[in-house]
Amino acid sequence: MTEDILALIKENVIQGRITGDDEGFDEGLVGQAGVSELTETALAQGISSEDIIKRGLSEGMDIVGRKFEAGEYYLPDMLASAKAVGAVMEILEPYLIESNIKSKGKIIMATVKGDFHDIGKNIVSILLQGAGYMVKDLGNDIDPQAIVAAVREEKPQFLGLSALLTSTMLRMKDTIQALTDSGVRDKVKVIIGGVATSEEFAQSIGADGYGADGFQAVRVIEALNTSQED
Amino acid sequence: MARQGVLVEPYHRLKLEQVEQLHQASLAILTDPGVICFNRQAAEVFGDHGADVSSINQGGAACWRLKIPGTVITDAVQAAPKVVKLGARDENNCLILDGHEPRVRFASGSEANKWLDVDMEAFVSKRNPGTEVEFPVFRVEKGTVDRLVKAARLCEHLDSWDSFLRTVNIQDDDITDDNKDVNKFFASLNNTTKHVMSGLTELSQLSNVVRMAQTIAGGEDRLRENPIISFITCIVKSPLQLVDDTTQKAIEIAKSGIPLVISSSPQGGSTAPIGEDGMVAQINAEILVGIALTQLVNKGTPVLYGSVPSRTRLDNLYDTYGVPEFNQYNIDCVQMARYYGLPCYSTGGVSDVKVPGIQASVERLFSHILVTLAGPQYIHYAFGLLERTNTFCPVQAVLDDAHISMVKRFVSQPMVTADRISESLKQVRRVMGTSDKLYILFVRRAFRSGEITPPYPFEGKDMGDETLFWAQKRMEEILSLPPSHIAEPVVDRVFQEVPGLLTRLRS
Repeated sequence: MTEDILALIKENVIQGRITGDDEGFDEGLVGQAGVSELTETALAQGISSEDIIKRGLSEGMDIVGRKFEAGEYYLPDMLASAKAVGAVMEILEPYLIESNIKSKGKIIMATVKGDFHDIGKNIVSILLQGAGYMVKDLGNDIDPQAIVAAVREEKPQFLGLSALLTSTMLRMKDTIQALTDSGVRDKVKVIIGGVATSEEFAQSIGADGYGADGFQAVRVIEALNTSQED
Repeated sequence: MARQGVLVEPYHRLKLEQVEQLHQASLAILTDPGVICFNRQAAEVFGDHGADVSSINQGGAACWRLKIPGTVITDAVQAAPKVVKLGARDENNCLILDGHEPRVRFASGSEANKWLDVDMEAFVSKRNPGTEVEFPVFRVEKGTVDRLVKAARLCEHLDSWDSFLRTVNIQDDDITDDNKDVNKFFASLNNTTKHVMSGLTELSQLSNVVRMAQTIAGGEDRLRENPIISFITCIVKSPLQLVDDTTQKAIEIAKSGIPLVISSSPQGGSTAPIGEDGMVAQINAEILVGIALTQLVNKGTPVLYGSVPSRTRLDNLYDTYGVPEFNQYNIDCVQMARYYGLPCYSTGGVSDVKVPGIQASVERLFSHILVTLAGPQYIHYAFGLLERTNTFCPVQAVLDDAHISMVKRFVSQPMVTADRISESLKQVRRVMGTSDKLYILFVRRAFRSGEITPPYPFEGKDMGDETLFWAQKRMEEILSLPPSHIAEPVVDRVFQEVPGLLTRLRS
């Protein structure tokens, strides 16, 4: 029974289905339970959150990654699966705290003050959730002081800043300065991204990393995470 | 199941009143000045049906001036079938061309003498000797049987390529006027299961070609039900002259019952008036007289209204296909064909330049889009033609296939229904309840069902233009696929029954 439900969670991660209303990669799945319903059932049956993560989510995302690399899956498929993982992680959050199980890390995401463009930031958030991170998304047009307050309260390992415009990208520098002025800059790694930004710009404003796209953002955070653990 | 092509909501350049004016102008041309006819049998046929036939002196050759009353033309054209089936070895690839339905299919052409290969070569920058880049270089070869085979194999696997018109003129040393027809038809039929259309080089070979087609189709009756071949006949030399040789071919093909195209290809400014009205009135008259002849010879002959109007370049008097007038002429002709309810063999996708590139893409896309929008049943010249129609380039044909698939998506019918709107409203409500506000999950079904177009398939990844590199890769992939040959026992029978076939075509 445990095996069956974990296999179903894994399969629905691969299909990218959160609820029974969702379509999957394959046809004819609407009406069958998605990862949300399956996770609730698994928890009710006493299956551990660790097993759900390792044997349902991680194994499912490994297969999704391979399908993406092989060209069988496209970005929307990858994002659907990542969203499914994120939905499960939200359900599991209280259980993880209770069991003292650590997630891979917590990330605050925000589009900086004056900028209302958030597609890129949202995609990065989904991919990070799919990679097993807890993501707190503050939204767009976020004031530096609001970001500082969130860093103080949530104590994330990472802060992701996004901006689309050449004018608003300068607010990233203001935000990093605000973190420094508030004495929390060394508590969090700052990664930036957005079409107008670059590796050089990231270095010039004192960011710790730069992601040209969602996948690179995940790789950079994974690399920083490993070096932090070391 | 026939190939579906794309059904369009046709663009009407001409108002109905203008179509009727042009129709009347064409009939007026056919009564005065009439046509000059170099074929005795055609002159007699028209004479027997009420045309005023008078012998005239035109450079020593026997010829007649035919002044044909409008009713002779309109009655004969009325007898032509409004739906023509072009069969195929695989009947799923047949084409049902309905003169009243603006459903467009795409075909090649045009028996070009030259074949253009593309090679990628490395070049070193003079300024920065460490910088090496790859550029395409072009190699002109002559058309051969082997290259015709290659083109047919490409046609087999390119989805937008609905029908195979011989792409190159086969000029091998062992090809003569007497064996050209059987070899070009066999090379084509043995390498694509789609419809095969070609001109006839020698009238004496008509019976051999028909016998070959009957053997491959499964007999005389089966060929009638599923005409896997058809012929193109250019009976008119513009302006308004019925050529002896091609007119005789049209008469004999009409008697055989095999579908044929009556095509005319005047050049606005040299062999037709340059103005849109004069050009269309004349070419329409030329096509109508040819179609009328086929029906007077054999009522009910399946025939396509073949309009190939181009414009003259004023710097060298060559034909030109990249100018807007080319599209105007062709769109008008599509409307004329529709006025008569006849399936239209139209023209689009040619460029004046000699090599693939920006000019080639601009010129051919212009007509690929505009002529398609007019809704002809069949567009020839749509694949690989460069240097007007003198060169066929297989890599260009691969590009054309991709471009035509995008054009088909663009011109396809809008999918707006109550059910779909209801489904979309559900999507909007659902997405607005999420934090990321992204519709990306709903893209998946549309993408996989082919409802939305993938990115340009030959996109470069760096700063260079890699279009030709990737198109060539695609061509090589296709040519490495196993060919769709005719079954061995049928090939044996074809070789027993049809003289003149090259033994090397069996392998």
